[in-house]
Amino acid sequence: MYPDIPVLSILIFLPLVAAALLLPLRDDETVRRVSLAASLVGLAAGWPLIAFNPDAGFQFVERMTWVARWGLEYHLAVDGISILMVWLTLFTLPLCVLCSWTYIGKRVKEFHVCLLLMTSACIGVFTSMDLVLFYVFWEAMLIPMYLLIAVWGGAERRYASIKFFLYTLAGSTLLLVAIVAFRIAGGTFSIPDLMQQTFGFRFQYWAFLAMALAFAIKVPMFPFHTWLPAAHVQAPSAGSVILAAVLLKMGTYGFLRFCLPLTPEASVHFAPLMIGVSVVSILYGGAVALGQTDIKKLVAYSSVAHMGFVTLGIFLFQKSGVQGALLQMLNHGIVTGALFMMIGAMYERSHSREVADNMGMGKYLPAFMFFWGLYALASFGFPGTNGFVGEVLVFVAAFQQSLTVGALIVPGALLAAAYMFRVSLRMAWGSPSTAKTWNDLNRREWAYLLLPAVLVLWIGLAPAPFLRLIDPSIDRLLADLRGRAPVKEAPLALNHADAVRHEPPAILASAAIAKEVRQ
Amino acid sequence: MNLDLALLVPECAMLLLVAVLFVQALSAGPASVAAHRWLPLGALAVLAASVVALPAEGMLLWDAYKVDGLSQFFKLCVAGGFCIAVLNATRQPTLEEGKRADYFLFLGVSAWGLMLLASSAELVTLYLALELSSYSLYVLIPLRGRTREGAEAGVKYILFGAAATAISLYGLSYIMAAHQTTYIAALAARDWSWAASPTAVVGLSLFLCGMFYKLALFPFHFWCPDVYQGSSNETAAYVATLPKLGAVVVLVRLAAVLHPGLEITTAIAWLGVISMTFGNLCALVQKDVKRMLGFSSVAHAGYVTVGLVSGTAEGLAAAAFYALVYVVMNLLCFWVVARVAVDGRNLVLSDLNGLHRRSPVLAFALGVGAFALVGLPPTAGFMGKLFLITAAWNHGYNWLVIALALNSAIAIYYYLSLVRHAYTEPDENTSLPAPDQSAFSLGGAVALAAATLVLGIVPSPLFEKAVQAGMALFG
Repeated sequence: MYPDIPVLSILIFLPLVAAALLLPLRDDETVRRVSLAASLVGLAAGWPLIAFNPDAGFQFVERMTWVARWGLEYHLAVDGISILMVWLTLFTLPLCVLCSWTYIGKRVKEFHVCLLLMTSACIGVFTSMDLVLFYVFWEAMLIPMYLLIAVWGGAERRYASIKFFLYTLAGSTLLLVAIVAFRIAGGTFSIPDLMQQTFGFRFQYWAFLAMALAFAIKVPMFPFHTWLPAAHVQAPSAGSVILAAVLLKMGTYGFLRFCLPLTPEASVHFAPLMIGVSVVSILYGGAVALGQTDIKKLVAYSSVAHMGFVTLGIFLFQKSGVQGALLQMLNHGIVTGALFMMIGAMYERSHSREVADNMGMGKYLPAFMFFWGLYALASFGFPGTNGFVGEVLVFVAAFQQSLTVGALIVPGALLAAAYMFRVSLRMAWGSPSTAKTWNDLNRREWAYLLLPAVLVLWIGLAPAPFLRLIDPSIDRLLADLRGRAPVKEAPLALNHADAVRHEPPAILASAAIAKEVRQ
Repeated sequence: MNLDLALLVPECAMLLLVAVLFVQALSAGPASVAAHRWLPLGALAVLAASVVALPAEGMLLWDAYKVDGLSQFFKLCVAGGFCIAVLNATRQPTLEEGKRADYFLFLGVSAWGLMLLASSAELVTLYLALELSSYSLYVLIPLRGRTREGAEAGVKYILFGAAATAISLYGLSYIMAAHQTTYIAALAARDWSWAASPTAVVGLSLFLCGMFYKLALFPFHFWCPDVYQGSSNETAAYVATLPKLGAVVVLVRLAAVLHPGLEITTAIAWLGVISMTFGNLCALVQKDVKRMLGFSSVAHAGYVTVGLVSGTAEGLAAAAFYALVYVVMNLLCFWVVARVAVDGRNLVLSDLNGLHRRSPVLAFALGVGAFALVGLPPTAGFMGKLFLITAAWNHGYNWLVIALALNSAIAIYYYLSLVRHAYTEPDENTSLPAPDQSAFSLGGAVALAAATLVLGIVPSPLFEKAVQAGMALFG
């Protein structure tokens, strides 16, 4: 449909050009307008991506030599796994610009330049088909994010920004070693080409560990999660939004894009560990969130739990699990992003993020509470919202895999309902300590809160188009995994003809499988 | 004796420059004041001559002097580095007007020595060139001799330098005794295992000490932080960059004898690991910016060894490329340091507080330099490290690659502190003079930052040159 347009390059470089355009501007209001216009143009520039054919594998391919001597390529493409993430990133930028309109008052130009650079790097991460190109975007994103936290963050911003930077960069240095190891072992940096090759178990073992550390820190999985609450709480609203909506997805995207296809046997071998850590993340994140009085911290810890569902879904190796994981990546981006924007809006009114200072808003801010309620419901997976679809798919996979795993994560879902209800009830009907003179949502706030709400309900009520988009890529991923590592096939596949082909519940006897693989 | 001057264009250009400076330094009166006005143009002319001379190849002086891809590549780097160092030093505040010609004369002689070093294919020639490049620095470093740190720096550099030279020369005698030749090409064909010739191995080890001293590789690094701290900002910028380039070119030439698995190669690899770790750990606690950069250079010397011990043309090319990008990114940092410390003082980290307010361009340039030294994409530092570890992987030194990666993680903290102070710390120190915000100052910072980014995004042309040079060594 759009064969000659380098869509992906345009999506990557458009924010860079916009950032350059901002540099000579002096007036803050003009900077905001140009940034918003650029973000909307970016969204519009993603229009050709609707021609994406779910059955056709990697599409919108752009491939040219970068450093011939080492076989580095400027190689971009999207498949069903990455296209949702690209859309999510494009969708997030205008919301970030809108929610920072009055929130950010100092060094406005630099702030918007950082946002645009972040967007460019994030799209690059999700579209790179060359390992080094991926790494370049993966690391380049750190600098604007560091500045977003360090310059525009809260009182403890320096501590939070350094912690964020050190954790993520320290994790990724081993990722670089793994990338080079793949080049030496496979003769190429090209991800699709490497996916065609089979590596020895010993190699996979170490490569998986090196990559998984970087991805687990980025997700973040327990016990590497400690940078996240600090970063989320200290970051400005837009920083928290982009962190929650896009950045955390890079870790889970990494598991799907690299660990499963490139180190399938090691992925199977380490699955019990990953499942265990995911379960701990779900329970720990939920339990800690329950004890929070700072609403932003609560949402930050809930992210640890939600992302635990995603990693769990991935490492169950069931179709519904991966479907749920991918959908949850999108859902978490939308819902948690929206919650952070709401917390920003709330902070602009009350200058506090404490529950006690924000009670009784149902009376003064009905529209605000309506949206909060909707996103809170979506956050803990209320039926009819997007969170439900994603979580239920992971639940189904978990119970199919093992009753124990399924039973263990049920309290996680209950905890989510508990902390969200608890905080929402107090915010809606609690007795305010002082008389409030707050205004309800203005038009700008309506604009940035309505869009995610539409998506929450759309995915919640009619998830089929989204599942159709990702299904073939998941099928290919799992077929490839089964072809190279003997994972027991999953019986359930939502919205798919395979759904009728029932087999006994697959129990991941990983030790036995790993033994089989080594033999 | 064949002496084809067409092969010596960069050396002749630099010598001419030095000769003019010599005359100017001798002449009293206003003529000697103007050196810094025309010298940047002269340095650019040398750079142009080095570009023109890139394809030149041939042997001179009974094959002791080799003009090949490697030497021309390094001469170009030296000319480029000299150009930047001269621009950096034109406004040196602590230097008397009347002494500028002398100062630049010594810088020029040192750079000329480094150019000769690049082409030396025989150990005695190499030694002489090395000494030529060092002597001038013995004069330049104690320029601040009236201060305690300055005197200490001068004495340390001379004493350690003299000791390293003596050890090197002593090693040379052992090599000559064991293998009866000083030509590197002939030496490359000899067996360098301990079992075959322990005398030669001891000799080479001692000879390499001289180079390690220049490179500030552990345990020959002691002078480095003190000298950086004790010398003026502009002199430190030169000492921190160009002599290292010289040391790398010698090591790359000698790497032809360093095959993976040899005892001496493994010893160098270990020195590399210790150097990285020690340098980074010491840098973590420094407050003086130049001292921190000094310890970081000890770590970077360790990184270079990763390429040297790989035993492949790509490895040597990676080491050469890394040495060049190190020069660029270090000069960038020193450029900013010199522009912020307009009164010539030594900057401590807190002096950088709020730099983004005082000079957004210099703060940005410092950020690019710091992130490049960390090895973050899309800077040249990242590409340099990628090439190093790709070249060294699977040649028996995978542990060295992993050590490099882990050390990069350690280094993040102190490089990040440069950015942190410039961007996030409040500017409370009002006693500092305003940074140099002239077009010259900002233009130089932007140009160096751009070079750091461009070399990271489009490294191919330069790296290919380095590989061709490396290939030539392997015949």
